[in-house]
Amino acid sequence: MTPPPDAGVRVRIPSPLRSYTRGATEVRARGVTVGEVIRDLDRQFPGLGFRVVDEQDRIRPHMVVWLRDERCRDLDAALDGVDEVVLMQALSGG
Amino acid sequence: MPRSTVDDRAQETRATTAPVLRLGTRKGAWTLTADAERREWALSEPTFLGHVVQHVMADPRDPDRVLMAARTGHLGPTVFRSDDAGRTWTEAGRPPAFHAGDPHGRAVRSVFWLTPGPAAEPGCWYAGASPQGLFRTDDHGDTWAPVDGWNDHPSWGSWAEWPDVEGTPDGSMLHSVIVDPRDAGHLYLALSGGGVFESVDGGADWHPLNRGCAADFLPDPDVETGHDPHCVRLHPLMPDRLYQQNHCGIYRLDRPAERWERIGDAMPRDVGDIGFPIELHPRDPDVAWVFPMDGTDVWPRTSPDGRPAVYATRDAGRSWHRLDTGLPPRGWFTVKRQAMCVDDHDPVGVYLGTTGGEVWASADEGATWRQIAAHLPEIYSLEIG
Repeated sequence: MTPPPDAGVRVRIPSPLRSYTRGATEVRARGVTVGEVIRDLDRQFPGLGFRVVDEQDRIRPHMVVWLRDERCRDLDAALDGVDEVVLMQALSGG
Repeated sequence: MPRSTVDDRAQETRATTAPVLRLGTRKGAWTLTADAERREWALSEPTFLGHVVQHVMADPRDPDRVLMAARTGHLGPTVFRSDDAGRTWTEAGRPPAFHAGDPHGRAVRSVFWLTPGPAAEPGCWYAGASPQGLFRTDDHGDTWAPVDGWNDHPSWGSWAEWPDVEGTPDGSMLHSVIVDPRDAGHLYLALSGGGVFESVDGGADWHPLNRGCAADFLPDPDVETGHDPHCVRLHPLMPDRLYQQNHCGIYRLDRPAERWERIGDAMPRDVGDIGFPIELHPRDPDVAWVFPMDGTDVWPRTSPDGRPAVYATRDAGRSWHRLDTGLPPRGWFTVKRQAMCVDDHDPVGVYLGTTGGEVWASADEGATWRQIAAHLPEIYSLEIG
């Protein structure tokens, strides 16, 4: 079923963030830029935003945002018709 | 403070309940709970398994309140808080963070150190971070604000060495935040690296307090800042007395003096006076424990010659005694600066957690030791409460 036009984009949630989304692997968020989408996620799921973006508005080193098949580290990047944002964890730890 | 006052208050602080040890590890938090005789210890299931837990601290003003400094390999740093002694946890509504638009571009990588505030301000805690920021909460850890007097001090950039090359708890961080129990506006903190600093106005302004401390790794070993204190403790019943385990020795400072005395010179030469933690007897300001490590050659930071031992002084550092009965004859682990603690029983219990995931306990002030937990992840911190 096609979501209504104002429902925002589909956002895939990686396992480290699912404690915020009550286990949901996919949620919807509104915004025309990556930063706006993450801010809307934080509004819906308080605390999620700061785990992904630091206080200087930089995506944290071990987090990655994908717009379709493009890796993005710019919060000002426009979604520009993308209907799915993927949050992923990058290689880290041991 | 006269010693008679110390002794009077000691009678009031002697513990009657079984201690609980709170462990922060590279992969989660655990508790170890003792029976009243401190003979049997029960290990909990993990809390926040897989999270990097730098510090877990119960509030001595209300022990049901516990704070935890944590992050994960991927996610940013935060603080969790419990109002029911660790049964349930809530994330801080506003975790420690620098101001947006910070002129140094700083963002908190890890919350490293937690210090409960003064008794008269029950919601107050301080947190130290890497990079070396200082933060304060006044609502039991829910919302945190930068301490601008420290973070924005004009000299911060020259005082704080903060290479972004190592993962906390290695490398640079702010630690050993101390509140003078007589005066909530009198604060100390320590930087690795950078030195010890003091504020007498509640954190609005700061000045270095490093005279007498060696800085063998600097071209000018007699500099005002740039030192590497590993752990600083103030004696709660004799608040003019500070002890310090430094990268370059063990020191004591009796205020109002401003020059640290290297009491580690009394350690055996073949052991040296390098280490991470230093812990104090809760009732006797002349008693302290350290866990020496090898600071020679490439700095293995394991016990000298692989022979683990605690050393204690009972005369304020004029002499030291080796305490290794029960510890393994050979071992190659490190005890980090937050991974040693004491209880307030009589005799005092002394505890240490190792990078090899073991917890060792002494119920007789270090005279004998036994292992009370093993096979845990690398232990970063160990606190009573």
